[in-house]
Amino acid sequence: MSRIEEDRNGHAPDWEGVRLHVVSGKGGTGKTTAAAALALGLAAEGRRTLLIEVEGRQGIAQLFEQEALPYEERRIAAAPGGGEVFALAIDPELALLDYLEMFYKLGRAGKALKKLGAIDFATTIAPGLRDVLLTGKACEAVRRKDKSGRRIYDAVVMDAPPTGRITRFLNVNTEVAGLARFGPIHNQAQAVMRVLRSPETAVHLVTLLEEMPVQETVDGFTELRAAGLPVGGVVVNMVRPGILDDSAVRAVENGSRQAVAKALSGAGLGGASRGAAAERLVTPLLEQAREHAERLVLERQERAELAELGLPTYELELLGEGVDLGGLYRLAGALRDQGMA
Amino acid sequence: MTDSLGVSALDIDPLLDDEQTRIVVCCGSGGVGKTTTAAALGVRAAERGRKVVVLTIDPARRLAQSMGLSELDNTPRRVDGIGDEAGGELHAMMLDMKRTFDEIVLTHADRDRARMILENPFYQSLSAGFAGTQEYMAMEKLGQLRARGEWDLIVVDTPPSRSALDFLDAPQRMSSFLDGRFIKVLMAPAKVGGRGAMKFLNVGMSMMTGALNKVLGAHVLQDVQTFVAAMDTMFGGFRERADKTYRLLQAPGTAFLVVAAPEKDALREAAYFVERLADERMPLAGLVLNRVHGSGAPQLTAERALAAAEALEEAAGVAVDTSTIAPSRAVDPDPENQETGGIKDRPRGKAGGRAHGAARSASSPEASAPLTAPEISPESLRDEQSPESNSSPNGSQNTPHRNSSSAHNPGAHGPESPDLIAAGLLRLHAERMQVVARERRTRDRFFSVHPEVPVVEVAALPGDVHDLDGLRAIGEKLAAG
Repeated sequence: MSRIEEDRNGHAPDWEGVRLHVVSGKGGTGKTTAAAALALGLAAEGRRTLLIEVEGRQGIAQLFEQEALPYEERRIAAAPGGGEVFALAIDPELALLDYLEMFYKLGRAGKALKKLGAIDFATTIAPGLRDVLLTGKACEAVRRKDKSGRRIYDAVVMDAPPTGRITRFLNVNTEVAGLARFGPIHNQAQAVMRVLRSPETAVHLVTLLEEMPVQETVDGFTELRAAGLPVGGVVVNMVRPGILDDSAVRAVENGSRQAVAKALSGAGLGGASRGAAAERLVTPLLEQAREHAERLVLERQERAELAELGLPTYELELLGEGVDLGGLYRLAGALRDQGMA
Repeated sequence: MTDSLGVSALDIDPLLDDEQTRIVVCCGSGGVGKTTTAAALGVRAAERGRKVVVLTIDPARRLAQSMGLSELDNTPRRVDGIGDEAGGELHAMMLDMKRTFDEIVLTHADRDRARMILENPFYQSLSAGFAGTQEYMAMEKLGQLRARGEWDLIVVDTPPSRSALDFLDAPQRMSSFLDGRFIKVLMAPAKVGGRGAMKFLNVGMSMMTGALNKVLGAHVLQDVQTFVAAMDTMFGGFRERADKTYRLLQAPGTAFLVVAAPEKDALREAAYFVERLADERMPLAGLVLNRVHGSGAPQLTAERALAAAEALEEAAGVAVDTSTIAPSRAVDPDPENQETGGIKDRPRGKAGGRAHGAARSASSPEASAPLTAPEISPESLRDEQSPESNSSPNGSQNTPHRNSSSAHNPGAHGPESPDLIAAGLLRLHAERMQVVARERRTRDRFFSVHPEVPVVEVAALPGDVHDLDGLRAIGEKLAAG
């Protein structure tokens, strides 16, 4: 049986049995960060995961503070408890050449095709073909086994295209159907689709507690469901803690202003009388609190909207100093604590 | 306005007012407020007397509604509610890329040929999904709008590409594909009979098409050949128009605004874009830096604020009181320490959890809820009936504060309340100052490399923009810098 299921610490993740985690989200929501944290979290306790990038942005390399990744699987991080994370940046052209080589032994003809622009043509112009190659590579990694029949990777995590394009990207079967109605690419698409539609796959959506990303998450959810693709969880990223709300702000406005000035003064921030240092802080601090409280109200609405999806939801805190390698491990730990990994 | 790095301010109004400015292109990576910026510029320019059309690519529903765009019908519509005292008008449209492509085919091919093209599966795939089609069609539409000559200012939003650069590359890429070498070779047998060199090439070619046929299935190349044959007469047109739009973008009447947020990735994209525009000799007007945070009390550092907050909380005995543990835990950078107080720290929203959902949702939202008077329920906070009683001094009037009707409960915390409120205010301030510092570092990194780029900073808004007033407010921030 798989190593995931026999976890020694009684740690039982929500996505047992899922081997392909597809991570999507609106641009700017931090899906690469979430995908990397998930790959790290899933690799904990001696497991091995593969983190795949498909859009040629080298976001993974930047996140792990490494040189640009070549088109090969290489180890990029050690996970807590002895696990390891491998990474792969898929280049569609090279993937097609690989594929041709594997099945047709093209040799020099393959190089000639590339020179002529045929490979570029095939991968960039026929969008379905490009996507089949990318998803196909991920599915191949999911199924790959070593000599003893054991899977090479316990889980594969894909940093996928944004929510607006994800259904189209994954729905390769339909996309390719018009182009390749039969033949090997058609068969490949069918095989990929079987994996993507199976319980071995989960498509997670990363969002922020803001209107547009939440709206896109809801739309993405609907589209994925309609296409028969397995929706996984929602990752709410960059969550900021609630500190003060409306009622506290109003309390200050309605009379306790002087008392707050005294409290600030008592904490060593200057005088509390009108115009003194501590008193002068009240107005700007209160303004910040007002914005904060307003944001909490909006966030509550967005949370309610997400809750209606009925999906497992995980939250990642906003890292005040930006995401560095240390922060990434912390986020991975948070996903483990919450049962996503 | 200049600062230590010698960065100059970007003056939006002179740019919008200048009759020589005919096209403003808003570009930048996804999620930085490009579309909103484009719309706000459109509103402002129109109310200052220009006859403007805004071309949006993929606006959020409510932003589209704010400009009265309820349908994606690929034609500019006049936006109601724009002040016309200065004699301006605002029109807006959303791009429908497939429709734009179809229109090109219908305009440039006779009926039978057009039908052949439109029905070709290869065309259908290309028009709906080619990685650069949206970018190409946006440029095509821009060319069309310009050619109509009905507007004296066109504001263009660019597609949410995976990289900001796609938008410059796509037209070239698409046109070079459509009359590229591979297609030429594909078509060669039909066009060039039996001349020696071509004949030789064709031998190699048939071997390769043989290989491609094996992989794709024979009909695919046939479909491509049919498509290419049908499109043949239009090729010249494609390249010609792509070149024309490209030159239009280089012309002095065009101004590029690079839009970014003060975040590493967004500014990295912005830097690439600035460099790329220079390479292409395209006129950069400046950088719009959205969602910038500031503070009214910059003299109080994060460190001092945190220390003071801790002192106040200690004095109020917070450490032993679980009901008020949230604020001190909230900014604790180490999640390991969050078990203090005995609250199992499961984040909210886990209620839908599958296998373990029930157990995990045991922690109620209140467990990590913000410091608040206990008797105020979340419902009362959501109450939108109550009149707004306070106005926000920094111009966010477009998102009115929703005051709950329970305002008569201010003293609910008892005598320690002012201390805890003060502590909360200080923690918020510390958080804000950290954000300000981080944003400043990110911004400075950009400007130390590109000090020549004028910038306008737009303060972060707590919520999204939903109406013309919101767009006006952003326009004012853009103009005020």
